[in-house]
Amino acid sequence: MTDDTVPAASPSVRLDPVPGQWRRVSPKYIVVDLVGNLIGGVVVTVGSGLPWFFSQIPWMLVFPIVIGVVSLVTLCLTPRRVRAIGYMLREDDLLFRRGIMFLRFAAVPYGRMQLVDINRGPLARAVGLSELKLVTAAAASNITIPGLPAEEAEQLRDHLVELAESRRAGL
Amino acid sequence: MTEPHPAPPPPPVDPAADLADGGWHRLHPATPLLRGGLALVAILGIIIANLRERVIELVFGGQGSPGDPVDEIVERGLVPLALLVIAVLLALFIGGFYLSWRMHTFRITDELVEVRSGILFRTHRKARLDRIQGINIVRPLFARLFGAARLEITGAGNDSNVQLAYLSGVRADALRRDILTLAAGGRVTAPAAPAAPASGVIEQRVAEFIAPELDPALAEPESVVKMHPGRLIASTVLNSSTVIFVVLVIGAFVAVALSAEFYFIFGAVPLLFGLGSYLVNRIVKSLRYTIAGTPDGVRVGYGLLSTSNETLPPGRIHSISITQQLLWRPADWWEVKVNRAGKSSAQGAAGQQNTTILPVGSRAEVFKVLELVLPGLVDEQTRQIIAEGLGKGTPDDGYTTSPRRGAVLRWFSWRRNGFALRPDAVVLRRGAIWRELVVVPAARMQSVSIDQGPLDRALRLAGVHVHTVAGPISARLGALDTEDAARFFRDLAQTAVAAAAADRTHRWRSGGATA
Repeated sequence: MTDDTVPAASPSVRLDPVPGQWRRVSPKYIVVDLVGNLIGGVVVTVGSGLPWFFSQIPWMLVFPIVIGVVSLVTLCLTPRRVRAIGYMLREDDLLFRRGIMFLRFAAVPYGRMQLVDINRGPLARAVGLSELKLVTAAAASNITIPGLPAEEAEQLRDHLVELAESRRAGL
Repeated sequence: MTEPHPAPPPPPVDPAADLADGGWHRLHPATPLLRGGLALVAILGIIIANLRERVIELVFGGQGSPGDPVDEIVERGLVPLALLVIAVLLALFIGGFYLSWRMHTFRITDELVEVRSGILFRTHRKARLDRIQGINIVRPLFARLFGAARLEITGAGNDSNVQLAYLSGVRADALRRDILTLAAGGRVTAPAAPAAPASGVIEQRVAEFIAPELDPALAEPESVVKMHPGRLIASTVLNSSTVIFVVLVIGAFVAVALSAEFYFIFGAVPLLFGLGSYLVNRIVKSLRYTIAGTPDGVRVGYGLLSTSNETLPPGRIHSISITQQLLWRPADWWEVKVNRAGKSSAQGAAGQQNTTILPVGSRAEVFKVLELVLPGLVDEQTRQIIAEGLGKGTPDDGYTTSPRRGAVLRWFSWRRNGFALRPDAVVLRRGAIWRELVVVPAARMQSVSIDQGPLDRALRLAGVHVHTVAGPISARLGALDTEDAARFFRDLAQTAVAAAAADRTHRWRSGGATA
């Protein structure tokens, strides 16, 4: 707290509260995320270009250009972002991490899980992946682990439900 | 839920029978009148008001307007038929009300509260007693005239409340005590002998009206926090929204004085009325405000004409915030709000949600309330931490605060912006102008997260967020040193697991046993 030096690009700058072996999601999820981001990016870029298209006012071209560039950068960073997703099963809680620009770490005690969902989108199903969603009594918990191989997701769900049952607590 | 049920057993013969004896019971006989009968009275009033002109015309022999339905009926000789239709409609109405009252039964067993209702579409609702988040007894002014009260059992989540409307007032209080005893894992003892009733019905009602808001036998006097009317009025007037109102009104009058255009007055008058009704409403609703500790949790009661009092069992409070507006600082007044899993349909004091449990109070009262809502948590050290948290913030007060560079993101509050971790609770301190202190009992928190955006990273900062059930309080703290945030995350994750494992508030009277 008394440390007032200018921020330096040291390793401690990055938030890493629990160093250790994080389990990563399947690399196949990169493809799913890429395609999803590509479709989303194209739709949003075209949508933001509509005012310019109809009005032909030159400065309105700014919107599609900016949004297109942002989408492109997002697209390029997708592999890194997917590699940054990780989770760790500890003795009493599940840790989840996400993001490179906007980092987020969350810890959910097993006893707090109200239900565990498995969702499969059409793209993810095509490559055999599932998405695991943990719900607690707090809406802010919001933990979704994407890109798990279908079998692993189901095992993980059963394991989590079992753990939650053995550590059941009230609200 | 619509499967046929055996006909409900006959109603209890003894009206003083214990409502929580496990048998089926009916509601107060005046229920139909209180719930839907008002509409009938209103319709009758409208009809009578419309017929008044007819009566005058009959007496003074005026000319009826052509095409009037009453004239038509009289001319065609349909009077008997019309009377018959009215009689049948009335009979259907009254019969329907009676039937719905007869079909509306409830019972309380050791595990459950069950309510069956509906004539054509039957509803059967069961709620587990150990999941109760609070029990609210509301007495609207009109129902009080009949000595009736509405009892509402709140559960977690949406539409999970069980309403018993209406019960007779005295029995509602006894029923709540019994339900809470059962929920706590205790046994219902023989019902206490009711106080000798006053001689007449009217005297009884009067006695109910002038009775103190809180039964003195219910709670120990030292555990009661009462609101002083003077402070209530002063704090309401010193509210920032009131100040804005006053500025608007003065502005309107100045505009009138300067421009000599009187139409500004038309803007000012409604504003004045608005301000007046807002203030009166807020004050009247919060009058006779008491908070008391009872064996089954904290009881919050208020109201002058329509009264409401709610009992929250232990361990049903998910987080607490203590805030102070700038205008309240000279008087050292604070407001206490809570996050809770259940939502009562009744509005709280001053028309606020029921999440405000102390609309205004001194520092000493804040601590008293804290002791009531978090029994066993506020030990000497935590009390010290919280007391420091209400203050200005000094370097060695037990809080881990933002570093100097956090001032980029927290211009005024970086010295105050900080947290303190205790084995049983986490305390977050925020804001320099609007002071705020958030206490989350570790046994109630759901999960914890930390986050860091690009700006944070450039400054080597990070934010933390303690997740609790939804409510007005967000336990979030930004602009902390990266290392401090990481330590917070590690420690709190462990604390939460330990506290949840040790939590025994579920069945608060039966010691170690949990479901």
